[in-house]
Amino acid sequence: MTGYILRRIAIAIPTLLLLIVVSFLLMHAAPGGPFTQERQLPAQVLANLNAKYGLDDPLWRQIINYVWGIVAHFDFGPSFVYPDRTVNQIIAAGFPVTLTYGSIAFVVAVAVGVSGVAAAIRHNTWLDYLAVGTSIGAQVLPNFVMAPILVLIFTLWLGWLPGGGWGGPIYWIMPTVALSTSFMASIARIMRSSMLEVLGSNHIRTARAKGLPERAVILRHALKPALLPVISYLGPAFVTMITGSVVIDMYFSTGGIGRSFVDSALNRDYAVMMGITILVGALTILFSLVVDVLYAWIDPKIRY
Amino acid sequence: MIDQISMKSLAARLSETEVKGRSPWADARHRFRRNKAAMASLAVLLLVGLFALFGQQLAVWSNEEIDFGIIGQAAQLGGPSLENGHYFGTDDLGRDLFSRTVQGTQVSLLVGLIGAAIAVIVGTLYGATAGYLGGRTDAIMMRLVDIMLAIPYMFVLILLLVVFGRSMMMLFMGIGLISWLEMSRVVRGQTLSLKNHEFIEAARATGVSTWKIILRHIVPNLLGVVAVYATLLVPLMILSESFISFLGLGVQEPLTSWGALIAEGSGTMNYGTLWQLAFPLFFFCITLFAFFFVGDGLRDALDPKDR
Repeated sequence: MTGYILRRIAIAIPTLLLLIVVSFLLMHAAPGGPFTQERQLPAQVLANLNAKYGLDDPLWRQIINYVWGIVAHFDFGPSFVYPDRTVNQIIAAGFPVTLTYGSIAFVVAVAVGVSGVAAAIRHNTWLDYLAVGTSIGAQVLPNFVMAPILVLIFTLWLGWLPGGGWGGPIYWIMPTVALSTSFMASIARIMRSSMLEVLGSNHIRTARAKGLPERAVILRHALKPALLPVISYLGPAFVTMITGSVVIDMYFSTGGIGRSFVDSALNRDYAVMMGITILVGALTILFSLVVDVLYAWIDPKIRY
Repeated sequence: MIDQISMKSLAARLSETEVKGRSPWADARHRFRRNKAAMASLAVLLLVGLFALFGQQLAVWSNEEIDFGIIGQAAQLGGPSLENGHYFGTDDLGRDLFSRTVQGTQVSLLVGLIGAAIAVIVGTLYGATAGYLGGRTDAIMMRLVDIMLAIPYMFVLILLLVVFGRSMMMLFMGIGLISWLEMSRVVRGQTLSLKNHEFIEAARATGVSTWKIILRHIVPNLLGVVAVYATLLVPLMILSESFISFLGLGVQEPLTSWGALIAEGSGTMNYGTLWQLAFPLFFFCITLFAFFFVGDGLRDALDPKDR
C-alpha cells in the first residue's frame, strides 16, 4: 500500500510541474507583454518594469524562478494589472468562499446521490421510476442553467432568497444547489446501476441463501462493492465542480476565485490566471490521489 | 380455419426470418427501433437539425438587423409575436431572437459535432495503437492521457482562448484537444480484449503490417463502442462550449451560441424579458436530453448484456 501511494505521488509531481510549465509557456507565447498598453510607455520605464519583474531574464531562468517561488515560498508573484496586490492576496481573498460553498455542494451531491441506492433496492417501483426520471432531467441542468432558473423562482418570483452576494448561510443555498444538481443526478444514476449489478451477483445470492436479513445483505455485502464506481467518479466530479464554481462566482457575485479568474482572463492578467490554474490543478491532482488511495483501500482485488 | 391460416403465415414468417438471418447490426437496429425513448429522441434531434439548417429561411428578420421600433422597449414590445415576424421575440437590442436562436443552434451543434469527430478520430487511433502495441509504449501513452486528464482543462482552455485570441478556430482546437482523452481510454480497453482473438493472430501470421492490422481489423470492430461514446460526447462538448460562452469567453458577437444566449437571457430576465431565456434554454435542454437518450439507446442496442 505504501509503495502504491508513493508511486501515485511520483506521478502527481511531474503532472503538476507539467501544468506549471505549460501554462507558463502559454503565457509567454501571448502576443504583447503584460505591460503592453494602448498608450506606449517610455522605453526606460518599460525596461525598469521588465527588470523588476524579471522579464528580461532568459526563459528557463524565469520558469525556474517561478516554480521555485511556488514550491519554496508558496508565492505566485505579483499581479500584472493591480500593482498593489499579489496573486496570493487575490487567491486568499476568494478561496475561502469557493471552498465553503464548494465543499457543501460536494457533500450534498454525494449524500443525495448515494441515496440513489434506494431506487435500486426498490427496483421497478414508483420510487425507482421517480429517481430515474429526476436524475435524467437533472443531467441536462448544469450549473449555468440552474443558476438563472433558481434566481428566477426564488428571488424574482418568490423573493425568498437573495439573488447574489455573500454573507450568512442564506447566501449559501442557491450556489450550493446550482452547483450540485447535475452531480447529484450523475452519482445517483451510477449508484443505482452499480447497485443493481451487485444485487444480481453470486455473493449476494449466497448471503440471502444463508438467511441474512435483507438489511444486513445490503449494508454489509452490497454497499461496499457498489460504491466503487461512485468513488472513481468523484475525481472527475471534483474537477467539473471546481470548474463550475467559476459560473457560480460570476452569476451570484459570491466573490470566490472564479470571479478573479474570469476578471483576470478579460484583463489579460496572466499572473493571476496562472496562479489560479495551478492552484486548481494542484487541488485536482491531490484529490484524485486521495480518491485512488481510497479506491485501493476499499477494493481488495485491486493490485498495487 | 382462421387459426390455420394465421399459423401458416406465422410459420412462413418464421422461416423467412430464418432464411434471411440477421447480422449483429440488423439486430442492434431492431433493438434500437423498439426503444421508444430513443426513437423519439432521434426525431427531436432531426427536428433540431432541420431548425438549424433551414430556420433562417423562415425568419423574417436577419440575426444582425435591429428593429428600431422595439429597441429600448424590449420588455413591452419585444415579446414573441407572429404579427411583426419576431416569432421568439427580440433581445434588448431589438435583434430578432428567432434568427439568433437559429444561429446559436448552428454554432452549438457544430461545436458538438466537431468536438466529437476529433474525439472519434484521434481517440480511436490513439487508443487502438496503445492497446495493440502494449508493453512500454502502451504504458507511456496511457500515462500521458492520465496526466492530461488530471489537468483542470476548462481553466487551461480559457487560458488558451485568452492567450491566442477568442475565435471559433481556437475554440474547436481547445475542445478537440481534450475531447479524445476519455475516448482513447475506452477504445484501448476494447482493443486489449480484441487483440488476442484468432482473426488478429491470423492476420499477424500472414504478415500483415501492424498499422494495417490496427486500421483494417481492430478499428472496424470497435465501431459499436465508438458510436455509443461519440453520441454521448456530443452533448458534453455542447456543454463545454456553452459553459465558456456563458462566461463570455467563448464565441464572440455577432456569432452566438446557446451558452451565450442563455447568458444574455439570464442577465436580462429581471427586466421582464423572460422569453430571452426561455427559447435558447428550451433548445439547449431538449437537444441534450435527446443526445443522452439516443446514446443510452445505442448502448442498449449494441451491447445487450450491459443493461
